[in-house]
Amino acid sequence: MNIGSLSKIAIKALGNNKMRCFLTMLGVIIGVGAVIAMLAIGQGSKNSIKAQISEMGSNMIMIMPGAERRGGVRQSSDDMQTLKPADYDAILNQATTIANITPMVSSSGQWVNGNNNYPSQAQGVNTQFLDIRQRKVAEGEMFTEADVKSAAKVCVLGKTLVDNLFPDGSDPLGKVVRFGSIPLTVIGVLDEKGYNTMGQDQDDLALVPYTTVMKRMLAVDYIQGLQASAIDENKTDETIAELTDILRTNHKLRPEQEDNFTIRSMQELAEMISSTSSMMTVLLAAVAGISLLVGGIGIMNIMIVSVTERTREIGLRMSIGATGRDIMTQFLIEAIIISVTGGLLGIILGALATWLIKIFANWPVQIDPSSVVLSFAVCTVIGVIFGFYPAAKASNLDPIEAIRYE
Amino acid sequence: MAKEIIKIENLKRYFKVGDETVKALRGVSFTIHEGEFVTIMGTSGSGKSTLLNTLGCLDTPTSGEYYLDGIAVKGMGKNERARIRNRKIGFIFQNYNLLPKTTALENVELPLLYNSSVSAKERAERAEKCLHEVGLGERIYHKSNQMSGGQQQRVAIARALVNNPVIILADEATGNLDTRTSFSILTLFQRLHREGKTIIFVTHNPEIALYSSRNIMLRDGRIVSDEYNHEIKSAEEVYKNLPVDTEY
Repeated sequence: MNIGSLSKIAIKALGNNKMRCFLTMLGVIIGVGAVIAMLAIGQGSKNSIKAQISEMGSNMIMIMPGAERRGGVRQSSDDMQTLKPADYDAILNQATTIANITPMVSSSGQWVNGNNNYPSQAQGVNTQFLDIRQRKVAEGEMFTEADVKSAAKVCVLGKTLVDNLFPDGSDPLGKVVRFGSIPLTVIGVLDEKGYNTMGQDQDDLALVPYTTVMKRMLAVDYIQGLQASAIDENKTDETIAELTDILRTNHKLRPEQEDNFTIRSMQELAEMISSTSSMMTVLLAAVAGISLLVGGIGIMNIMIVSVTERTREIGLRMSIGATGRDIMTQFLIEAIIISVTGGLLGIILGALATWLIKIFANWPVQIDPSSVVLSFAVCTVIGVIFGFYPAAKASNLDPIEAIRYE
Repeated sequence: MAKEIIKIENLKRYFKVGDETVKALRGVSFTIHEGEFVTIMGTSGSGKSTLLNTLGCLDTPTSGEYYLDGIAVKGMGKNERARIRNRKIGFIFQNYNLLPKTTALENVELPLLYNSSVSAKERAERAEKCLHEVGLGERIYHKSNQMSGGQQQRVAIARALVNNPVIILADEATGNLDTRTSFSILTLFQRLHREGKTIIFVTHNPEIALYSSRNIMLRDGRIVSDEYNHEIKSAEEVYKNLPVDTEY
């Protein structure tokens, strides 16, 4: 007997019990739907992290003072002062694998313009900061190398600061605002970026020459960090090695001494974040997978009931010439039809759920085609595995007893 | 002499029930030729069901020989027996055993579904022809649960005929039917017999023997009598003379 006629028989048998068939399918539908929706959420968040990181510059490298933090123990202030402008100069002169580098030094305080004020920071950087962070000056212009050298009292403001300091909408360019007690001339306004996906306001930023922050605001001789961009984002490991060498030499560290600075690349950060999100995804998918498994057990349950219920039919089929193999194939096909149809409907449900999440919760979601293929394959396999036992049971029935079964 | 369809020699079938051995058949021998209408009679426990199962290749004898259409059945495997049932035997059961919610045509097609040498077209044609033969030409697409007992049994008979079997095995085929319907079914069996079909009809009802050509009586697993009936009564005449129940 060929598969075609057996499938026909199977479909007919299922059609005789539409409600039961659908309820059994529901287990698989929800299972597959959940797996697809969960993987779509995971993939979506991974993508959004990726996008965010590439927005910040995927080739970005951060150098921080002090050894890597361990166990959350805060280190002494001495440890946090290990990076000096000399380190910046050394890197600038020796490093070959970086495109741009800027010292980072910031001061918190109150920005004041007349009777408007806003608590924020003054971010001390050099002129290359814009290239590293991929920002632009929308109005006016960026300060120059000469401004940096002379620790000029100038600033470039972000949109949030402009809005708060000039609520009447007047042109901030050329105006003098105060940061704490230091007057600074506004020479430029940064382009508007809005909030990033972590909820930080990227426009709450005021750029000042780092020398100005060091000398005029904080009066310190160290810098709080360095940010650089590697020439090749795929070779950030080499860049890190090179920078480590330069800094160790510059700090005169002996081989047995630990680094007194930390270098992190955006790549590392990205991996860290996405590994966390991957773990979440796996966890969610595992929970969804369990519901798929439960769906499979539902199939087995209903197939066993079906075999018992149709014992007479099986006996009849056998007595008119069906072999055990024919019976087994018929019931296996029934199980597979339930699971595969359930799988298809589950994919539709999953896509629908994903779409609803996107519309109503506004989460970044993306259905990965491989997750569709995967869950479909899994539910087919589940149909075979959980259909096998009932089918084998049916095929082993004794036709003499089966035909007289009441 | 007509062809030997069934030949059994000293057939024995023992069952082990716990520590005891139940001897259902204790040495049965007979030969059935083409065109015979044989009733096998016996009370319950006489071994007639076991004999029927053996003749129907559902069961294998403990000892003895069984030749069906010249083929030795003893020693055949499960699948071989399934195949021989499919090609050479037509079963008719007491409780019809039709598939529920399935049309008469599909029920009759069923044995041919398990024979891959028959095409879908031929299957439908043969099934339709058999339904015409049993007088259900008008009810081809009626579902089994929409038919009366007599009609269902006719569908079952058509199903037993569709594979052109060498032998038709009927197990209490009129047992569930009222007298009038029983006789109409019996009339059909007699017609098939006249047309040359070989029929074995297992029953505990002695009346049926009057309408067959030969009667084998079993008791305690042995044949107690095996007689040819030279004055076969016509079921059709009895049927005609039965009062029609107008209350239906």
